[in-house]
Amino acid sequence: MRIECPLCGMRDRREFYYSGHATALARPAPDAGAEVWDDYLHNRENPAGITEDLWHHEFGCGAWLVVRRDTVSHAVLSARLVKGDQL
Amino acid sequence: MRFSALKVLTQGLTGNRGWREHWRDPEPAEAYDIVIIGGGGHGLSTAYYLAKEHGLKRIAVLEKGYIGGGNIGRNTTIVRANYFLPGNSEFYSHSLKLWEGLEADLNYNVMHSQRGQIALFHSDGQRDAAIRRANSILNQGDDAELLSVAQLRKMVPYLDYNQGRFPIYGGLLQRRAGTARHDAVAWGYARGADRLGVDLIQNCEVTGIDIAQGVVRGVQTSRGAISAKKVAMVVAGRSSQVAAMAGMRLPIESHVLQAFVTEGLKPCIDHVISFGMGHFYISQSDKGGLVFGGDLDMYSSYAARGNLPMVEHVAEAGMTLMPMIGKARMLRSWGGIMDMTPDGSPIIDKTHIEGLYLNAGWCYGGFKAVPASGHCFAHLLAADRPHAAAARFRLDRFRGGSGLMDEEGTGAQHNLH
Repeated sequence: MRIECPLCGMRDRREFYYSGHATALARPAPDAGAEVWDDYLHNRENPAGITEDLWHHEFGCGAWLVVRRDTVSHAVLSARLVKGDQL
Repeated sequence: MRFSALKVLTQGLTGNRGWREHWRDPEPAEAYDIVIIGGGGHGLSTAYYLAKEHGLKRIAVLEKGYIGGGNIGRNTTIVRANYFLPGNSEFYSHSLKLWEGLEADLNYNVMHSQRGQIALFHSDGQRDAAIRRANSILNQGDDAELLSVAQLRKMVPYLDYNQGRFPIYGGLLQRRAGTARHDAVAWGYARGADRLGVDLIQNCEVTGIDIAQGVVRGVQTSRGAISAKKVAMVVAGRSSQVAAMAGMRLPIESHVLQAFVTEGLKPCIDHVISFGMGHFYISQSDKGGLVFGGDLDMYSSYAARGNLPMVEHVAEAGMTLMPMIGKARMLRSWGGIMDMTPDGSPIIDKTHIEGLYLNAGWCYGGFKAVPASGHCFAHLLAADRPHAAAARFRLDRFRGGSGLMDEEGTGAQHNLH
């Protein structure tokens, strides 16, 4: 599997650290309540098909990416930088 | 048809023409008391114990493929009860006891082989942790022995004891641990359930779960609608998709775990050996193949096949531990889809929908759990309260943070187990 980093180009999967579903970017307000926070932290759509997840280009430029991917075929469809205001 | 030595002898002498199919192939009825979604090991054992222990009759198991075609046939067949934390500890202890009586109970040879499992350690700190784990296993009533390097060298002389990165300081042995023939476990439970009147319906994919006013009414399938008083979801590997039919989001992320087998060799590895520091474990099948595996590929996947970095990692770990296996040729590799929960422990519970039950989240440890998972889930389905051995496998434990079972101590968060 290879991921095209917007800054570094096409790189081997080994350079990246996987950090779970991109739902992590949709952080609830601090006072959103226990139910919302439980859902945010633990529950997942977990799709069999197209998904978006977070990858850290750990052994490259250090950027955080949102990678659009197919969990059934392992095809990597696109990768974009996580905007600074989202992390 | 009961299996016996006499039967094997007489059939052998008469050309093996008298064997019959092990289970029926019934058409689905319009209604059942309990519909079990998923004809894997856990679903079949659930059906078996519902019929056997609770005397229930109108039970169906719906399997979208064929019996034995899912994760029950895609694992590395290890059976053990060496967990540390309350919750897991009593559950796997219960499971190992069921394993020990399984062949007699099912009248079926599942090739359960208690050849012993050795978990290696590589530092003084790890030795202390192993002693602590051993004491906890002894407290739960199971067996654990600490092996010195001298003892290990006698039992497993072929390890590289002095390699620089992870010198071997000893091992934790559980003699009652071992392996079993995974397909036979599915077949034995399927045959056992069928004989007790359970309908095993293959090629029947559930496409919807009918719910009215918060109560489950039945399921929609590729072979028509089936009504049911209770519906049990036992589809580890696909739990999120099936639960979504009931409008539920589960605390599960699916990951692929690879396993490998070599060509058949003469007997050379007599135990199950776990090399935790290298994420590598190995045993030898009765056919002679070395069966081994490693860690998750570590990204969400339903591909049922992995990527090359983990193949490389597993091969390196194997060579680090036992250089002799470098001479063996790898025959094939495959991947199984794991329901990974945030704390790495499973779920056996009711849902918020009346009559809908969930058995999921087996992470990479589902095979050894097959007997107890079915046994405890059947109890929950029949009696509507948890079995004591699975009382801590609650679905809502993540919300409050109480009762988490994080064996690795890395935190109850996705992608850490």
